[in-house]
Amino acid sequence: MSIQSTPKQSWWNRIAHPGQFVAWSAPWLWPLAVLTALLFAMGLWLAFIDSPQDYQMGHTVRIMYVHVPNAWLSQFVYGVMALSALGTLVWRHPMADVSMKAAAPLGALFTALALFTGALWGRPTWGTFWEWDGRMTSTLVLLFIYLGIIALWRAFDDQLRAARIVAVFTLVGAINIPIIKFSVDWWSTLHQPASVFRADGPRMPPSILAPLFVMFAAFTLLFLALHLKSMHTEIKRRRIATLQRKAAQGHTA
Amino acid sequence: MSGFVAMLRRELALSWRGGGNVLTLVLFFVITGAIVPFAVGPDKPLLARIAPAIIWIAAFLAMLLGLDRLFRPDHEDGSLILLRQADLPLSAVIAAKVISYWLVSALPLILASPLLAVLLGMDLPAFARTLVSLLLGTPALAAFGAIGAATSVTIRHGGLIAPILIAPLSIPVLIFGVGTITAAQSSAAPLFLAALSLMAMALAPFAAALAISLAED
Amino acid sequence: MTDRHVFPPLAMYAEGLACGRAGMALCQDLNFSVLSGQCLLLRGPNGTGKTTLLLTLAGIVPPLAGSWTAQGPQDEPAPVHYCGHRNAIKPRLTVLENLLFWRQVNGATGVSAEAALVEVGLGGLEDLDAGYLSAGQGRRLALARLRVSLRPLWLLDEPTAALDVEGHGLVTRLIEGHLRMGGLVIVATHDPIHLSHPAPVQTLTLENRA
Repeated sequence: MSIQSTPKQSWWNRIAHPGQFVAWSAPWLWPLAVLTALLFAMGLWLAFIDSPQDYQMGHTVRIMYVHVPNAWLSQFVYGVMALSALGTLVWRHPMADVSMKAAAPLGALFTALALFTGALWGRPTWGTFWEWDGRMTSTLVLLFIYLGIIALWRAFDDQLRAARIVAVFTLVGAINIPIIKFSVDWWSTLHQPASVFRADGPRMPPSILAPLFVMFAAFTLLFLALHLKSMHTEIKRRRIATLQRKAAQGHTA
Repeated sequence: MSGFVAMLRRELALSWRGGGNVLTLVLFFVITGAIVPFAVGPDKPLLARIAPAIIWIAAFLAMLLGLDRLFRPDHEDGSLILLRQADLPLSAVIAAKVISYWLVSALPLILASPLLAVLLGMDLPAFARTLVSLLLGTPALAAFGAIGAATSVTIRHGGLIAPILIAPLSIPVLIFGVGTITAAQSSAAPLFLAALSLMAMALAPFAAALAISLAED
Repeated sequence: MTDRHVFPPLAMYAEGLACGRAGMALCQDLNFSVLSGQCLLLRGPNGTGKTTLLLTLAGIVPPLAGSWTAQGPQDEPAPVHYCGHRNAIKPRLTVLENLLFWRQVNGATGVSAEAALVEVGLGGLEDLDAGYLSAGQGRRLALARLRVSLRPLWLLDEPTAALDVEGHGLVTRLIEGHLRMGGLVIVATHDPIHLSHPAPVQTLTLENRA
């Protein structure tokens, strides 16, 4: 390895090299997973046993503790992707496109989970699995965008070249998502205002907020752990592809 | 500037001599619109009510399906590499292509839309609003489409990728387009539609140029 | 072609240049320097990266390692004519329309389109649809593009492909004329090219990586 030849490195350079990135980040994986599991245990206990029922919705309110963090992640993951896309295009950071690629399926997964739990919650609350309300509809469109990005990744033979093009499209999508959200809100008449983060403070009682925020933290850490792991997998996949190419080249020469 | 005009003239000449591509697209638009009554049933009031939606969906699909013609022929015969080295900036080349794409795909659809309006039993005021909404909204579709086409130009058999990518992004166009026709009380929809088209036409050439110049070859 | 040295002095240097596709290097550690009025011949068997090297020098493919510069006196990158395998000809446009388009888009700094067509041996075919041209004639039309806009740096990829013996002579004439004007030519070819003054010709042989 080239460690002795480069005594001082900034963290930026240290994570720029794939092998060093894995070596540097692998020790974080297990603590992250344990912490995630602990938070999930605590959050689920708070959500299912410790928190009260809703006086209107009864036990079904507990779906919220799973649904809302997923809905948050569906947007947070896109933010991570857009930031990685900037990293790919502007700073040409080699890890940025790995991060971008690893985040896309996770984003699609959390978005699908948000839609699924939303439908489960909607059935007893609204009396229907699917309601064309503003937030559910824009989440559905977001899922389509995630799936389109995954399809774009898969359509390219050369993943290095794909990265920069996907990055352009991801940023175009990032500019577009607020417009889509605005248009869908305009379009839907069945729209309830966002209720967790408000300028005049949260309206929910602490007995609901506490488990909700623990679940927020648990799901976000789950994403970070899965993201890190799938980045490692992607790095290994690329290394295998490089080795195979080298083998093929050596064979023909 | 003369390069821009030359680019525009070349694109239009290629479309006119392109073996009836323009006509095919118009035909697709009319047939898509005319097929809906077979699914819905010959219920004239219902058809008149959903006519704006039918016309917009037909136009939306027709414009998405035509996207593959935007860059792929130039990519395949090597013109795209040379256009990247033209004196004209690549974004201007793409702007010319977007404008000509609008002229040869959206404008014929708008001209053919009276046919669908008669078939679907739209009244005259609704039809007038349909024309306005198509005129305001289709530039945004062409511009978004250019981004999708630029993104997928180097993908072999990538013809279906661009519509998949662009359809979700174009939902606001559809919403405000149909809104312009139906929501008479809220006059904001045509303004949003025009704003969307202006913004898309201004930004899309740069995004598409970036995607093409990153696509190598 | 009596005009001499219409281009400002130009120099192209490459240092430790490695180029390839998809992160896989095809040619590595290339060093060369070409000056105005000089021609660099790229030779070597198939798959050694001649086309990729030309695309790299044209700025289409980023280099994997090393660097290259093509700078005139004002330190600005020199405009490039790239002539690749594909002729970039639209079959539905006439021969003249095809050439006129590129003359307008690349800048009408060279000879007129009609004169260029006569020069490459397509005189009299101006109004023919380009789709009717044979492979060799299409090649000639692509070469005519080099003449209608003046650009100091030519990157030619197999310019003699599909051309007859007279066509080989045409390519030689075009290159010699360009060199006399102070231009710079990098050409990848398998065919022998005999310039009347062999002095300004360098040869770079790319080899299979063992």
